Amino acid sequence: MAQVLVVDDSASMRNMVMATLSSAGHNVKDAENGQVALDIAKSDSFDAVITDLNMPVMDGITLVKELRSLSKYTYTPILLLTTESAGDKKAAGKDAGATGWLVKPFNPAKLLTTVDRVLG
Amino acid sequence: MSIDLEQFHQVFFEESLENLDVVEQALVEINIDAEVDSEVINSIFRAAHSIKGGSGTFGFTEVTEFTHLMETLLDEVRDGDRELTSELVDALLKSCDCLRVWFDSLQAKQPLDTEISKPLVAIYEAMLNGDGGDSADKTEDKAVVAEDEATSETSKNRTWLIEFIPESNVLMTGNEPIRLFRQLEQMGEFKATANIASIPDINLLTADECYLSWSIELTTESDKDDIAEVFEWVIDECKLTITEKSSEASATEAKAVDTRAEVEEKPAEAETKNKPEATPQVKPAVAEKKAPAAAPATSSIRVGIDKVDNLINLVGELVITQSMLSELGNNFDMDKIERLSSGLDQLLQNTKELQENVMRIRMLPISFAFNRFPRMIRDLSVKIGKKVDLQINGETTELDKTVMEKISDPLVHLVRNAIDHGIESAEDRIAAGKPEEGTIKLDAFHKGGNIVIEIVDDGKGIDAAVIASKAVEKGVVSDTTGMTDQQIFELIFEPGFSTAESVSDISGRGVGMDVVRRNIKALGGRIEIESEKGKGSVFRVHLPLTLAILDGQLIRVGKEVYIIPLIAIVESLQIKPELVKNVSGNMKVYRLREDNVPIIAMNKEFGIETDDAGLDDRLLVVVEGDGCKVGLLVDDLLAQQQVVIKSLEANYKRINGISGATILGDGSVAMIIDIPGLINMSARRLPTDGQHAA
Amino acid sequence: MSDPTNEYLTFILDNEEFGVSILAVQEIRVWSTVTDMPNTPDYIKGVINLRGVIVPIVDLRQRLNKSPIEYNENTVVIVLKQAIEDKSIIVGVVVDAVSDVYNFSSKDIKESPDFGSEIDNRFVHGMATTDEKIIVILDAVKLLDVKELYQISGSLNKIAS
Repeated sequence: MAQVLVVDDSASMRNMVMATLSSAGHNVKDAENGQVALDIAKSDSFDAVITDLNMPVMDGITLVKELRSLSKYTYTPILLLTTESAGDKKAAGKDAGATGWLVKPFNPAKLLTTVDRVLG
Repeated sequence: MSIDLEQFHQVFFEESLENLDVVEQALVEINIDAEVDSEVINSIFRAAHSIKGGSGTFGFTEVTEFTHLMETLLDEVRDGDRELTSELVDALLKSCDCLRVWFDSLQAKQPLDTEISKPLVAIYEAMLNGDGGDSADKTEDKAVVAEDEATSETSKNRTWLIEFIPESNVLMTGNEPIRLFRQLEQMGEFKATANIASIPDINLLTADECYLSWSIELTTESDKDDIAEVFEWVIDECKLTITEKSSEASATEAKAVDTRAEVEEKPAEAETKNKPEATPQVKPAVAEKKAPAAAPATSSIRVGIDKVDNLINLVGELVITQSMLSELGNNFDMDKIERLSSGLDQLLQNTKELQENVMRIRMLPISFAFNRFPRMIRDLSVKIGKKVDLQINGETTELDKTVMEKISDPLVHLVRNAIDHGIESAEDRIAAGKPEEGTIKLDAFHKGGNIVIEIVDDGKGIDAAVIASKAVEKGVVSDTTGMTDQQIFELIFEPGFSTAESVSDISGRGVGMDVVRRNIKALGGRIEIESEKGKGSVFRVHLPLTLAILDGQLIRVGKEVYIIPLIAIVESLQIKPELVKNVSGNMKVYRLREDNVPIIAMNKEFGIETDDAGLDDRLLVVVEGDGCKVGLLVDDLLAQQQVVIKSLEANYKRINGISGATILGDGSVAMIIDIPGLINMSARRLPTDGQHAA
Repeated sequence: MSDPTNEYLTFILDNEEFGVSILAVQEIRVWSTVTDMPNTPDYIKGVINLRGVIVPIVDLRQRLNKSPIEYNENTVVIVLKQAIEDKSIIVGVVVDAVSDVYNFSSKDIKESPDFGSEIDNRFVHGMATTDEKIIVILDAVKLLDVKELYQISGSLNKIAS
């Protein structure tokens, strides 16, 4: 069991990801944008972070950069949720320090295998 | 892994509708001639993007494909590659309408009407193929296509040689080689040899860099793409070669090229191919339609976490009070009476706060109802060629969700009415010395436990003479002599009245102001008009904040206690005999300033015995309902208090003149008077007073 | 032996014994003051607050066209509850007194003869005989059906003139 932080401004996506991860026995917390996520991440600790890219207040790329600058998240797997199959967003995410990505649309099974890749 | 995605649909629909509101509001505010704020474009893009992402996940393919076009165009606008033209704004606004219709259908589990999106798709595709240049290609490879590539026909085991040389910073992105190896292990027979040659001198060693590289031999049924996919996330931070180890070593040698470039192209594709669920991207939507129409989704409400936290705190306090009281009750003696009394006070306080906070959960800011107006005004002013500026105030004023839903249509009608009948044409305005642009103000505020919504226009005002002659002509009244202007204004709420010279597309839709008033009355509210010829009009809607709780005036008639909704009460007074006039038969009216108010004896209406059959010095509660004022004759005025409304229809049926019941502090039941109903009842009795009402 | 589906609570109305399925009985209460509902038929005495639920109280004597009597300390209210058209309906009926609980199988309950105008036949399920007594079994579903129960059957409205 791992503690995972899910960041997305869409409540339905958040609910879906949370329900899926919880059903696999993970402890999940959520945030609706990067800023909220950063605050939670600072006061708590997570084994993995899954974040959307496009969010108000603070977007996913900025969140990744901010998290990587914190010593406790230097090596933590951070996955990006992206609808862009084109490379530019992924590249930007990688440059910021993201571990990998998960392309929307995805289903619960795909989500779990992807998360297992970084928590294994 | 069985997560039922349907459980997330309702939330998705709700947030998508909210996203559409965001898009629409932002679009309406955009002035295409001026520099457009990038944050505005961003928020539009995000909203469209969010709908697309969710619809893809939940299998609403049509929505995904349609929003993908919107998103692509918006992305270009965001990147400065495309100008935001009025044509694009219009198309985007229409797309919001289209998507709303679709979401309604999806919610009702009905098939989508794809015809409505076709003209818009055509516009978008023309834009993308025409001026955008490279944008067409972009669409091609971005389009969400559920490719069902034939899976690799090779099922026999092959052995692969993998050279994996990560760059030293690979760990910094959370990618640990060991995790990659674990995945490879799952694919087949795995053997890795680490190469330690590049480990530096111990003095130069740092903990967060990776100095190792590996030679891996993997025997698996999987093909090269599958193996490459494992390295997908680190492909930019390593050197990777994947070669097949075969008997013809030389042939292999030839193929052993740096696959880095090749692999780079693959990830997205490989991903689609590898997951067995890739095809259902299309299928769930189809299956969904075939599913038997389930019960309509119960509507839900999104509540701020602060409101929930408040409730939890209050319940916490309640539990403390309860345990204190029960301990007190366990060994009670009269010495503790003070503590009991203060404990009960505390309980009262807790209960009251809890009640208020629970009610607050159902409250939403009225912006939910107001938000549709900027768009509406924009469309209407274009359509009828009047310039209108809309000013909205008090949009954070909170209102019960049900009241909000039910007041929305009447408000739309009132606003349409203000544009259509209130605001003059630009020429007329200039001639009247007014600014060319008309102003409509929407305001909402709380007043004495009610919410007041004002629709104010600076148009031509209501001409009482025109209304009067129209009302006579339409047979709404036979004669208007002696009526005050105010009373004449009220005639526009009568059924069968319409002032439009010709039935216009805007407000003359067959439903008139009578429906507006009926809907407002059904909510326990009322509507007032104030108007000055040449200056403009004010339509003022008074509504209860909630349908579950009512501010009531307790009154006594004989032995019975009744409740009159405070919102209906104009004033209460003691009857001065000299102001009572007999009109005809048994009907008496009371002179109240310039009005003659019919007196309704409650005891007669309700068939109960009263203290005093006369009128002198008795109490009259003047109430307003259905546009008329009447005085209710009561025996006593008791307290004013909030009461929780309970339906009589649960175990009985509707009773004329009664809107419901409530339970008073002493546990007894009291009837709540339905003022408009009572007035109607009494009006029907009057002509043949003395006979049984039907 | 004590299958509740066969159990009937009996009560007295004007020296006659009536029965109703015990499954329809929620509770038995003594008569307490009611709140008047204006412009309702005479047999509707008003409503009471039963733990937060507003429950109408029907005088069963008057409803069945028997002569009304003054209520006293023996007067009881049988609170009946039935699911009717997916809705749970609760009504209290005023009777002279509660009598007994009997077991009747369906074959014990005979089709009732026509009572003529004396009792409203629409509420009668059948007749059962026990201890040399005849018990009129009422149909709880019909008794609680708003359409039947409150249908005006010649009973005068109490609207004062």
